[in-house]
Amino acid sequence: MKQDIIALTGIVLDENLDFSLGELCRQCGMSVEEVIAIVEEGLVEPKGVNYRVWRFDGKAVRRIQIARRLQRDLRVNLAGAALALELLEELEELRRLYCRLNYQS
Amino acid sequence: MDFKDYYKILEVPREASQDDIKRAYRKLARKYHPDVSKESDAEARFKEVGEAYEVLKDPDKRAAYDRLGAQWQPGQEFRPPPDWDQGFEFRGGGFADARGFSDFFEALFGRPLRGAGATQGAHFRTKGEDHYAKLPVSLEEAYQGGLRALTIQIPEVDVQGQVINRTRTLNVKIPVGVMEGQRIRLVSQGSPGFGGGPSGDIFLEVLFLPHPLFRAEKRDIYLDLPITPWEAALGQTVTVPTLGGKVELKISPGSQSGKKLRLKGRGLPGKPAGDQYVVLRMVTPAADTPAAKAFYQQMALDMPMNPRAELGV
Repeated sequence: MKQDIIALTGIVLDENLDFSLGELCRQCGMSVEEVIAIVEEGLVEPKGVNYRVWRFDGKAVRRIQIARRLQRDLRVNLAGAALALELLEELEELRRLYCRLNYQS
Repeated sequence: MDFKDYYKILEVPREASQDDIKRAYRKLARKYHPDVSKESDAEARFKEVGEAYEVLKDPDKRAAYDRLGAQWQPGQEFRPPPDWDQGFEFRGGGFADARGFSDFFEALFGRPLRGAGATQGAHFRTKGEDHYAKLPVSLEEAYQGGLRALTIQIPEVDVQGQVINRTRTLNVKIPVGVMEGQRIRLVSQGSPGFGGGPSGDIFLEVLFLPHPLFRAEKRDIYLDLPITPWEAALGQTVTVPTLGGKVELKISPGSQSGKKLRLKGRGLPGKPAGDQYVVLRMVTPAADTPAAKAFYQQMALDMPMNPRAELGV
């Protein structure tokens, strides 16, 4: 039995992707000012000396999306979202380490 | 349709004050926020809590809900009494984010009208909503790629302007060498846009399924390899499973339990590809026969050692 399957190919948001500021704004549906505020908060760290030449990778999209959801759903401000993201990443790292130690014993 | 106890969901008594309800909601929202919580049902709980708050935060809706009485049990088959909402005025109120609420909610308060409260003239054009889902992936699929059928509920607006949940099955290609936690974006597969705006996207978060042998750390694969004392002491070439098939691995003489050997490039594919790490685990034969016991005793005599010398005992 042969069935036609339309397979969807997605884009993996990883460090191999490369966006300019304008492209990132389109990706995240945000204004230039909003993204600049996020960079100034240190939430994402583009390569490049000024916003004209900034380059972002796919992980920046993920961080910005999480930060925006936290802002919207939990009413934290940008600094709070940045703090939450950093703590979440640290927690993830610790969980990984915990798994590894558990696994080895 | 099942009755939902909104007080129970927010973990407050029925006589809770509006402030108590707000506090309880904020606390639970933080706890179950899908970006924060690791609980498997976080998203469902977060939605449920949001729905409960939508009703209880509004004194009119709360009063109407309370009139249904406390005689209902959660999960009990529920049918709203015909004139249950008489004397309350809340229909047609625009709830900004009320998409995806339960049938129970809709039976009581109606379906939210999309765009209510966001009326910036008749010609506004906006991108459809993005959606998020988890993509469970086995290590084999991460290694060689694959296809996964995912069922996703996507709220859409029908011709009457009402929000309906449409179930869609997506066949998603699992990219070769994908890593845990990575996001995959399916462009324009989300909710349709408005006024000619583009559709939203779907974002999938890659979750690795537990594997009986291997575990992954980014692109590296770890395997515990049981070996005998003589293989460890004398050295031996043994066969080792990898995601790409069996390979030969040389154990050098004098290896100890816990030693980590690297099979370069045998992890998940990528630029660069990950490695497979083989961790040696020494397994000793049981001394369950007189002959085996005698053999261990002989070893103790011939090869005396104190493995705890470093502990000072």
